[in-house]
Amino acid sequence: MQASDRFNINSQLEHLQAKYVGTGHADLTRFEWAVNIQRDSYASYVGHYPMLAYFAIAENESIGRERYNFMQKMLLPCGLPPEREDD
Amino acid sequence: MDDEIQKTQEERKKMEQQLASMNTVTFDTEFYSSNKFEGYEKSIPVNDDDDTFDTENEVARKMASFTAPKQFFKEVPRGAGEEDEPSGFNKPSKIIDREDDYRRRRLNRVISPERNDPFLDKTPGPEVRTYADVMREEALKRQKEELMKEIAKKKKEEQEKAADKKEEVEKPAQKRRNRWDQSQDEGGAKKAKTGSDWDQPDSTPGIGRWDKVGDATPSVKKNRWDETPTPGRVADSDATPAGGATPGATPAGMSWDATPKLAGLATPTPKRQRSRWDETPATMGSATPMSGATPAAAYTPGVTPVGGVELATPTPGAINLRGPVTPEQYNLMRWEKDIEERNRPLTDEELDAMFPQEGYKILDPPASYVPIRTPARKLLATPTPIGTPLYSIPEENRGQQFDVPKEMPGGLPFMKPEDYQYFGSLLNEEDEEELSPDEQKERKIMKLLLKVKNGTPPQRKTALRQLTDKAREFGAGPLFNRILPLLMQPTLEDQERHLLVKVIDRVLYKLDELVRPYVHKILVVIEPLLIDEDYYARVEGREIISNLSKAAGLATMIAAMRPDIDNIDEYVRNTTARAFSVVASALGIPALLPFLKAVCQSKKSWQARHTGIKIVQQIAILIGCAVLPHLRSLVEIIEHGLNDENQKVRTITALSLAALAEAAAPYGIESFDSVLKPLWKGIRSHRGKVLAAFLKAIGFIIPLMDAVYASYYTKEVMVVLIREFQSPDEEMKKIVLKVVKQCVSTEGVEPDYIRQDILPEFFRNFWVRRMALDRRNYKQLVETTVEIANKVGVADIVGRIVEDLKDESEPYRRMVMETIEKVVANLGASDIDSRLEELLIDGILYAFQEQTSDDANVMLNGFGAVVNALGQRVKPYLPQICGTIKWRLNNKSAKVRQQAADLISRIAVVMKQCGEEQLMGHLGVVLYEYLGEEYPEVLGSILGALKAIVNVIGMTKMTPPIKDLLPRLTPILKNRHEKVQENCIDLVGRIADRGAEFVPAREWMRICFELLEMLKAHKKGIRRATVNTFGYIAKAIGPQDVLATLLNNLKVQERQNRVCTTVAIAIVAETCSPFTVLPALMNEYRVPELNVQNGVLKSLSFLFEYIGEMGKDYIYAVTPLLEDALMDRDLVHRQTAASAVKHMALGVAGLGCEDALVHLLNYVWPNIFETSPHVINAVMEAIEGMRVALGAAVVLNYCLQGLFHPARKVREVYWKIYNSLYIGAQDALVASYPILEDDENNVYSRPELNMFI
Repeated sequence: MQASDRFNINSQLEHLQAKYVGTGHADLTRFEWAVNIQRDSYASYVGHYPMLAYFAIAENESIGRERYNFMQKMLLPCGLPPEREDD
Repeated sequence: MDDEIQKTQEERKKMEQQLASMNTVTFDTEFYSSNKFEGYEKSIPVNDDDDTFDTENEVARKMASFTAPKQFFKEVPRGAGEEDEPSGFNKPSKIIDREDDYRRRRLNRVISPERNDPFLDKTPGPEVRTYADVMREEALKRQKEELMKEIAKKKKEEQEKAADKKEEVEKPAQKRRNRWDQSQDEGGAKKAKTGSDWDQPDSTPGIGRWDKVGDATPSVKKNRWDETPTPGRVADSDATPAGGATPGATPAGMSWDATPKLAGLATPTPKRQRSRWDETPATMGSATPMSGATPAAAYTPGVTPVGGVELATPTPGAINLRGPVTPEQYNLMRWEKDIEERNRPLTDEELDAMFPQEGYKILDPPASYVPIRTPARKLLATPTPIGTPLYSIPEENRGQQFDVPKEMPGGLPFMKPEDYQYFGSLLNEEDEEELSPDEQKERKIMKLLLKVKNGTPPQRKTALRQLTDKAREFGAGPLFNRILPLLMQPTLEDQERHLLVKVIDRVLYKLDELVRPYVHKILVVIEPLLIDEDYYARVEGREIISNLSKAAGLATMIAAMRPDIDNIDEYVRNTTARAFSVVASALGIPALLPFLKAVCQSKKSWQARHTGIKIVQQIAILIGCAVLPHLRSLVEIIEHGLNDENQKVRTITALSLAALAEAAAPYGIESFDSVLKPLWKGIRSHRGKVLAAFLKAIGFIIPLMDAVYASYYTKEVMVVLIREFQSPDEEMKKIVLKVVKQCVSTEGVEPDYIRQDILPEFFRNFWVRRMALDRRNYKQLVETTVEIANKVGVADIVGRIVEDLKDESEPYRRMVMETIEKVVANLGASDIDSRLEELLIDGILYAFQEQTSDDANVMLNGFGAVVNALGQRVKPYLPQICGTIKWRLNNKSAKVRQQAADLISRIAVVMKQCGEEQLMGHLGVVLYEYLGEEYPEVLGSILGALKAIVNVIGMTKMTPPIKDLLPRLTPILKNRHEKVQENCIDLVGRIADRGAEFVPAREWMRICFELLEMLKAHKKGIRRATVNTFGYIAKAIGPQDVLATLLNNLKVQERQNRVCTTVAIAIVAETCSPFTVLPALMNEYRVPELNVQNGVLKSLSFLFEYIGEMGKDYIYAVTPLLEDALMDRDLVHRQTAASAVKHMALGVAGLGCEDALVHLLNYVWPNIFETSPHVINAVMEAIEGMRVALGAAVVLNYCLQGLFHPARKVREVYWKIYNSLYIGAQDALVASYPILEDDENNVYSRPELNMFI
């Protein structure tokens, strides 16, 4: 960041954005972004009851089971993080 | 006496053991979470930016009235008269300047050395101060104080005796006896630890000095003359026992050292005698800024600091010797520095210029010559006749800058002279490597602190961050030893204190339990904040103490503050009580209860009990209704204080009960059951102050009671109250009034009872002229009377005081008027019978006419309230009132004319109700005739009155007719006075809105030109009214002409004016439909002039903001123009166009204009890499608008191309856009995220979305 825009409104904007989990930054890896996407997706499925019902019918499971599964999948949605090469 | 000390010590020890047993405190974890950092304030914001951040975003009202976005109205042009400068730019003020004597007593306190932390697993060494040591010291101090008192008493007795004898014996004998008395006095002083500073005020300095001169042996003096002057010398002189020296005398030789300039200043130097009272805080400089522990003499205003002020660059040694310096001395220092600069030694160049080129030769300095390097020696050596009587070679520093303040080494901020005392050692340019690690650390801390204190905002920010990050590395000791003395600096300013307090706050959070040994030190400097008159200082103080207690823990806090609870100084006890209440609110009242109980029952001293009870009072005041769960235990803790043997304790107990009852209202009466009886007995047996306190307590408890009890107790207490009505004591009067108010407002008290038993005495004693003279009495009396009126009705009260409207004292009439106004406004006038009505109007008219003082509002409001309450019943009096007004409009005094005009605007509505339209028309004509008024204040009021009449009787019936009135107003629009402008534009706007057809179009055009000038007004209300008036006029005469005027105005230079013009154009477009304006507006864009084009764009932006969804019909029309603007080279073009796009997008969201919007987005998007804050802001907002109108998926697709771009600069921008997209529409993005390929370790696919039934 330049010295000039350290104090303007945009730095505040970024600060504001940084308060939300799921927002990204220039150094975000593909894996981290994908994890966010997955978690957001599951959260969205769980949050919309009709979506849950749809998935339940498609998978022939109870709605509660579906919800439980989605919640569980939010833990490690993409598997273990890859080894970081830089450190 | 040693026996006594021992005995006290033993008692203290016992007390400590009791305390130690209380150290493990348990508290309800369900109420007070076990996580001690919860609710922990992590920082104090430097400014309130964060808080005000959201206030702008209130929902935009849909065109209720036209207005421009707030930020444009907020830009007030800054003209010549800058009285409305925001208070943030006030000159920084010193705290000490606004403090009273009591608050200044904070400077008497000494930052005590650190104490032992009992939680560490080791036994404290002998050098560490433990709790026991502190308690012992306190006990000694108390004993000393008592002794001193006794001595003083004895002295006084002796003096009295002497005086008695004097009468008997004749004069010559008297003289001798006098001298003899004196020596005895000295003897007495000796008994009380000779030479302690306590005696200072007693001993007469004059005599002391003479004694000194006589006693001091010349040999001693000579010795001293021979000494080389070193800064340490002053301390040495302390050690020399001057035979029988009275404390407070000038140390011999001091005045000789000083340069002649300083002679006046140097004389009253206090001598620091070493007594054993002084010994404890031995570490000078680092731990304490003062060298003596005894507060009394350490800081005496007007006293020279010991170290010799004349040192321009103080050496570390000298700094430590100095006491805190008063502001006057700083002035003197500055002045003196100035003088020295003028008298500086001549430089080579100057000498060259002065002497002829030939005949002179520059000699080399002798080989043995070494310039003096140590600054202290240098400065002391030069001017004194003592050091070297011969010529001394001037100092060698040739490169010195004399006028400019010296550049600080290493990019340090500027130092004020008073800072040298603390930061002076930073100026010694020593090699950092040579210093020991500890010294290096200290230096680093000092540098950071100086940056925080005096640096620029960025410097300050980084320094603050470093201090916070490295807090544990620096260690608590070095940090606090540097910070706290700074806070005790007498010349501290508000802002500096705020910053330093912030440093403490941050550091506290990091240090956590490491602060324990420093708790008391910190309290000494922070406690004074609790009684500061500045609200924010008080809040800051509370925050720090609250964080401190969370970090250090209850036991440490109690141990630190316990010794102060029975301190001899009332100031210390007071602040300690307040600090304790903060601790209670931070850690929970239950945790503190056992300790409070013990303190309140202290047998040892009444001060301890007093402070304990005061803590309860402060708790009640601080946490309000949150005392309820603990109310009973708190009352139980203090109830015995009502029967205490000490009067002060009884008083504070009653006051605490009052505070508790006030905090608990309207609940918790059952907790007060036990104190009712003693209170009851108390009000019968006590007199004076105690009685007042008891009455206050009862006054606050009665409202908590059931109706029946309240009525009973009120009747009981009323006997005493009525007796005290006559009390001459002001404090008592206030309390009695307050209690009467409380009692009367209680439910169970019958109006009849009040009428019969209270009213006669009440009015006889309180409704007297004297009560109107004191502001607080005045207010209290009005409040109480209004409260009584609420119970007994209007007629009773007004009937009693209405006669006083004709009293001869004006303040008294004013008080009567204010009461009547409030009573009538509350309760209406239906109670008032015709006789009273007559009296009332008569009285009001009299009072109104007789007023002479500046503040006319009370009378006007009173008049207005009464007339409005009476409504149609005023009709018979209106001719009389109007007669008065007319007569007064013609008065010589401007004030009287203004009041008369103001009165018309107050009563216009009622006149209409009474059907007096003819009268109003008449008044209108009269006012019209006075439009030539010279005084702007009066003219403003006259315009206001006209406006009121026009509003009430309407345009058609108005006399003079509108067509005559308006042309008369046009020239007045030129008036620059704010009040005139505001009232005039309101009136003109009103006419334009309702009666535009009465005036020819040409007149309206003329007004349009005048209105353009009004856009320069400072006051937002005027500018808004002006802009709205443009809209009304355009509606009345059609947009063409108005628009032409406005478009021309876009060419003016002044930004403020152009902004308002664009707003006006947008409003005209809105009122007359956009299609009437857009062609001309878009045509104007072809003018090759930046201001005009930007003005057009801005108008478009406002236009689309105002018309909202109507914009869908115009979006295709303006798209080519916006295309052009978004590709313009000029930044402002693109910025304004982007904001127009934003408003457009938001307006047409969901109305099927996506094709045009995508097209525009393609033009907006390349601007995302702009760096200018305003431009990038507008662009980001346009993209946000697009998110709303086009959906998140579209914008995400724009985004995806750059999220993983190889260039970081690009990625940063794209992620920023992604983030705001994500925050705005997180859920909507789920459906449109790209499909990521799985790799060998991780699964990225989202199969759920592919499911299909």
